[in-house]
Amino acid sequence: MLEHEGIQAIRDGVRNLCAQYDSAYWRELDARKAFPEAFVAAMTNAGWLAAMIPEAYGGSGLGLTEASVILEEVNRCGGNSGTVHGQMYNMFTLLRHGSEEQKARYLPRLASGELRLQSMGVTEPTTGTDTTQLKTTAVRQGDRYVVNGQKVWISRIQHSDLMILLARTTPRDQVAKKSEGMSIFLVDLRKAIGHGLTVRPIANMVNHETNELFFDNLELPLDCLIGEEGQGFKYILAGLNAERTLIAAECIGDGRWFIERACRYACDRVVFDRPIGKNQGVQFPLAEAHIEIEAADLMRWRACELYDRGEDAGTSANMAKYLAAKASWEAANACLQTYGGFGFANEYDIERKFRETRLYQVAPISTNLILSYVAERTLGLPRSF
Amino acid sequence: MKVLVAVKRVIDYNVKVRVKPDNTGVDLANVKMAMNPFCEIAVEEAVRLKEKGVATEIVVVSIGPKAAQEQIRTALALGADRGIHIETDEEVQSLQAAKLLKAVVDKEEPKLVILGKQSIDTDNNQTGQMLAALAGMPQGTFASEVVVDGDKVNVTREVDGGLVTVQLNLPAVVTTDLRLNEPRYASLPNIMKAKKKPLDTQSPADLGVDLTPRLTTLKVEAPQTRKAGIKVGSVEELVDKLKNEAKVI
Ligand SMILES: Cc1cc2nc3c(=O)[nH]c(=O)nc-3n(C[C@H](O)[C@H](O)[C@H](O)COP(=O)(O)OP(=O)(O)OC[C@H]3O[C@@H](n4cnc5c(N)ncnc54)[C@H](O)[C@@H]3O)c2cc1C
Ligand SMILES: Cc1cc2nc3c(=O)[nH]c(=O)nc-3n(C[C@H](O)[C@H](O)[C@H](O)COP(=O)(O)OP(=O)(O)OC[C@H]3O[C@@H](n4cnc5c(N)ncnc54)[C@H](O)[C@@H]3O)c2cc1C
Repeated sequence: MLEHEGIQAIRDGVRNLCAQYDSAYWRELDARKAFPEAFVAAMTNAGWLAAMIPEAYGGSGLGLTEASVILEEVNRCGGNSGTVHGQMYNMFTLLRHGSEEQKARYLPRLASGELRLQSMGVTEPTTGTDTTQLKTTAVRQGDRYVVNGQKVWISRIQHSDLMILLARTTPRDQVAKKSEGMSIFLVDLRKAIGHGLTVRPIANMVNHETNELFFDNLELPLDCLIGEEGQGFKYILAGLNAERTLIAAECIGDGRWFIERACRYACDRVVFDRPIGKNQGVQFPLAEAHIEIEAADLMRWRACELYDRGEDAGTSANMAKYLAAKASWEAANACLQTYGGFGFANEYDIERKFRETRLYQVAPISTNLILSYVAERTLGLPRSF
Repeated sequence: MKVLVAVKRVIDYNVKVRVKPDNTGVDLANVKMAMNPFCEIAVEEAVRLKEKGVATEIVVVSIGPKAAQEQIRTALALGADRGIHIETDEEVQSLQAAKLLKAVVDKEEPKLVILGKQSIDTDNNQTGQMLAALAGMPQGTFASEVVVDGDKVNVTREVDGGLVTVQLNLPAVVTTDLRLNEPRYASLPNIMKAKKKPLDTQSPADLGVDLTPRLTTLKVEAPQTRKAGIKVGSVEELVDKLKNEAKVI
């Protein structure tokens, strides 16, 4: 099993930090729709978000196993990893496909927290999940690329210095495969915003800092290109297995938080002269949700293990994300039901976490697309799109 | 200046403690354990002394089962330099702990020993005092401020009447109170570094200490659950109830 002594130290370490950002902290931010700046700064300064950056670049050089535990614990403590996880995984593209010069320039500053790479711009309003159809273009003009187009749901932009951007560099009708002709750029947001990039925040159901982006002749120096021109989509896909697994771990953290809260409440709340937890009608949904979470957790460890051994983790990572997102949602539902009317009151935090965990079945990557991956890639069924 | 800090593995303060059905103790099976909060404050104080350039080396010692190494590693991650684990699965009472620490003090010859004023499991509040007596060192207990001044240390103590500041000759024993400092949390790079710091394991026998308990626990019981209170409508009603029902005024 992967739960070795080092993992416990990581759990304890993250929990100690999170103890300073309690439910009241998150509740208050949620009410104000504000970004948890203090929490993000603390996570960054304590080095947690640089877990997977190699030691040579100032990170801790840990694997996906350890990284997943960090995000799991944030959610397990009642927090929201969606505010920090970008800093952990958006650097994968840079690490894997960036030039030595780009890595040396950015990775140490990402590790120290001096620079934030919290954002990745892929999704577009008119094409959604069908990424290869994206309309944003980056056209080379002399010593620069010029970007035009639109993105939507791009998170943490207002609290990031850099963004990974996917844009089409060769028109679709000039490439052999629709997955070709797209490229990855590392955009310096501090220079871009107001100079060809406009950011418009999207009010949403969860307190998630996410935005519409409008590119109007944004000029990027040539050295913003990561890897080879035209190979960007492949690079994005390569980072997804780790991302899926990390998200699965966040869901597992949520699930455990819901179950713990629900069990405590079920033991304390007395109606009909006994704790509500004495009724099997209350017990069974909690037991069921717990079982689902633990099963999802096994798949998450499997994905971590394969990934850290350098093997193909695609199927496991997708299945882990599917199981975990579903399990956390079931746990949320069982918890809300256990709390009765009180689950709807903000001060118990259940309704906030309930909203937050629901997101994971849609973003990043909606459940249907995982099913489609497993059906076609794992089971070999004919392609539907 | 070398500082020795003692840390204890106890039930995590967040855990709701359960008494064993046979009333012989509390149930430790599958219970989350952690460093005693007063010991965390002791480690923090030592680390601050090192950051100020007053302390040059911090040695952290823990007595307990193999798993107590987790608490030593935590202290190393917070900034201690090396660890000593006195490994035993036996019950260790305050006097035996003090004797073991005295043996470590004899070997290590620290200028300052910092302990928590009590551990949250047994609340004895005596190990530091016993160590000071056994080692013939002055003691400053319940410290809310510690200022090293040459070969002396000024310790501000929290006592019932307020604050008392005493001056002790070094080497000395200090026990920490809650308001001494606010412990930091370990960063990931420091947790990684802690794995590589030296940790020496010894047995009570190596130190020539006999662990036979001097006290016998007769019975352990959970505190009575508090009954629900009542609400009163007015001051008159409250006074009436205090007079005629509770009969306390
Ligand atoms: C809070 C939030 C934060 C986000 N952050 C980011 C970010 O930082 N960067 C980024 O690039 N994106 C981000 N996204 C976008 C997210 O990845 C997309 O919302 C998600 O991929 C789904 O795309 P869509 O919303 O356009 O849905 P659509 O593609 O319109 O899909 C709608 C529904 O139809 C289903 N569907 C579509 N096609 C098929 C098919 N072929 N078979 C079966 N079902 C299908 C989908 O599963 C989904 O249920 C974020 C989204 C949200 C809500
Ligand atoms: C938005 C909102 C508006 C409301 N408006 C009104 C209103 O206008 N007027 C009013 O009077 N009330 C109102 N309510 C209260 C509502 O009717 C109660 O919340 C509801 O009846 C449940 O009671 P409870 O919240 O105390 O849950 P509890 O009674 O504490 O129950 C908690 C959970 O335990 C389960 N449970 C309890 N006992 C058993 C058992 N024996 N066997 C199996 N399961 C059991 C319940 O089904 C529930 O899932 C409102 C509640 C909300 C959230």
